[in-house]
Amino acid sequence: MVKYITKRLVLMILTIFIIASLTFFLMHAIPGSPFNEERGTNETVQANLEEHYHLDEPLLVQYFIYMKSVVTFDFGPSIKQPTETVNDLLGRGFPISAELGIISIVVAVISGIILGVFAALRHNGIIDYMAMAFAVLGISIPNFVLATLLIQKFAVDWDVLPAATWSSPMHMILPTIALATGPMAIIARLTRSSMIETLTQDYIKTAHAKGLKPWKIVIKHALKNALMPVVTIMGTLLAGVLTGTFVIEKIFAIPGMGKYFVESINQRDYPVIMGTTVFYSAFLIGMLFLVDIAYGLLDPRIKLHKEGGE
Amino acid sequence: MEKILEVNDLHVSFQTYGGEVKAVRGVSFDLHKGETLAIVGESGCGKSVTANSIMKLIPSPPGKIANGSIYFKGRDLTRLSEKAIRDIRGVDISMIFQDPMTALNPTLTIGNQLTEGIKQHQNITSKEAKTKAIDMLNLVGIPNPEERMKQYPHQFSGGMRQRIVIAMALICEPELLIADEPTTALDVTIQAQILQLFNKIQQETGVSIILITHDLGVVAKIADRIAVMYAGKVIEVGTRKEIFYTPQHPYTQGLLNSVPRLDKRKEKLVPIDGTPPDLFAPPQGCPFTARCPKAMEVCGKVYPIHSELSNTHEVDCWLQDERAKQHIAT
Ligand SMILES: Nc1ncnc2c1ncn2[C@@H]1O[C@H](COP(=O)(O)OP(=O)(O)O)[C@@H](O)[C@H]1O
Ligand code: SF4
Ligand SMILES: [Mg+2]
Repeated sequence: MVKYITKRLVLMILTIFIIASLTFFLMHAIPGSPFNEERGTNETVQANLEEHYHLDEPLLVQYFIYMKSVVTFDFGPSIKQPTETVNDLLGRGFPISAELGIISIVVAVISGIILGVFAALRHNGIIDYMAMAFAVLGISIPNFVLATLLIQKFAVDWDVLPAATWSSPMHMILPTIALATGPMAIIARLTRSSMIETLTQDYIKTAHAKGLKPWKIVIKHALKNALMPVVTIMGTLLAGVLTGTFVIEKIFAIPGMGKYFVESINQRDYPVIMGTTVFYSAFLIGMLFLVDIAYGLLDPRIKLHKEGGE
Repeated sequence: MEKILEVNDLHVSFQTYGGEVKAVRGVSFDLHKGETLAIVGESGCGKSVTANSIMKLIPSPPGKIANGSIYFKGRDLTRLSEKAIRDIRGVDISMIFQDPMTALNPTLTIGNQLTEGIKQHQNITSKEAKTKAIDMLNLVGIPNPEERMKQYPHQFSGGMRQRIVIAMALICEPELLIADEPTTALDVTIQAQILQLFNKIQQETGVSIILITHDLGVVAKIADRIAVMYAGKVIEVGTRKEIFYTPQHPYTQGLLNSVPRLDKRKEKLVPIDGTPPDLFAPPQGCPFTARCPKAMEVCGKVYPIHSELSNTHEVDCWLQDERAKQHIAT
């Protein structure tokens, strides 16, 4: 187990290193610099600024300076908002984004599983058809379309929920629905098909032959096995929710990390781009690692370590 | 001897897209206390459906017990509520399925799966249930039971798993054990060990056993009586001796000729030609007509007479009719 985790950690660090390097070179491949949009700054000022941020150095030197900031996780101040460091921005934006992301994923997982299980138990019945029609809609409508629709109906037409910002639980409802519906639909469909298959397994018949109560068979014997495929796609879903937060934060004017990320790219704010990218990738890679560990804990046949056996 | 099970005129059918499959078409048999009855027949003849009907484990829809009764200790199981039958399953009647590789839940420990039944049915502490489970593992010959309880199914071989499945079926001390092809998925040497285990269990616990198999060779050692099924019907039933030494139905004779036997060493094995009839539209006459080497004109038209050759030996075949016997004699 320790060996496995160490191996994974080394790989994770390597992945982050590659992502950071790619980001750096891609960032510099985009034409433009943080300063050339600003009319009015004269040439000497611009040269001074570039010198200050080492932008006049050869690319390789800049690369080493940036990699140092990645290793120490200190990206210095933002170019555009020099009073704040990148870490300040992350510290302010991340809790809000995390709240949006976590609430959405929890809502998506719980409602998706419940919907999927009920659809499977009423296989080919009216509940099943309705749940799956709903799921197909949920998968095919992009979250930004859904977000706009929700704002139009609930905030503008009926005026029952606030349209923007993230200041109270009421404000959280629409963004959460917009972000959670897609993953929920995917989880519901996968849970349904996997549950239907699990219920035909021999060990379910064995459980019935033991005279166990039907709900106990569903929860104890079927659900755990049926959720394996759901756990495997959790990594992809997490990544989807993460990128979803950029869009949703923009639409609902939520002051999360996504806002800084999008703005920093538009403004070529190099330290912020590097900081948010490295942070996002480290976060996502860490989550994928947790998903794998969870999978190993759920299914005893998957060995994270080499012991036991025949 | 006391009768513990009596199946009368059981009909089971399945509603499918292609029409109604009449899987079991009027099966009757009974079982005495402490007896081993083998149900034998080719794959698809309705053995599993018959067994599952006793436990009310027929998936419905599409399946349905269309007619008949199943009396277990005086109660008709076909009329019991879902809840009442749950109190019988695993307690009075237990069942073992064909494939031990899939019959156990891969994500739960053996100990958990062994004790969950007895915990539900009896007022018993976890500790008592565990002791009981260890006793059972000892009975079926699993070494180090205490440690093995903590392991998962994938840590056992096929034969070991089947022993665990048997232990699981016996833990509430049932009066009837139904084993549906319990050795079919196992190696030949392991098969023999498991059959020996059935013998041992029956001697030690007095449980009655219904042993289902497509292989007559399997039952030669342990069956007291044998019922031969064909196309959803029991076409011959008798004691082991009657079936092995004086089989009357041409299908039973065919089955015996296709089994390797120790007492007729050099004789060639003759498989039965052809395939069983379509159960969507079973023939009105004898279902074996198309494959029967002794078929007569009447066979395809009218279902054969039922003859009782002894108290224990019964057969459905036109060859038992006096006119056929006279005709053959002349
Ligand atoms: N769930 C089902 N749906 C439709 N047909 C079934 C079902 N279960 C069994 N049957 C049919 O019933 C017949 C008998 O099957 P079964 O009892 O399993 O045979 P076997 O003697 O090999 O155990 C087969 O023709 C099979 O197609
Ligand atoms: S009834 Fe006729 S066809 Fe059927 S087994 Fe007897 S002889 Fe053969
Ligand atoms: Mg079968």
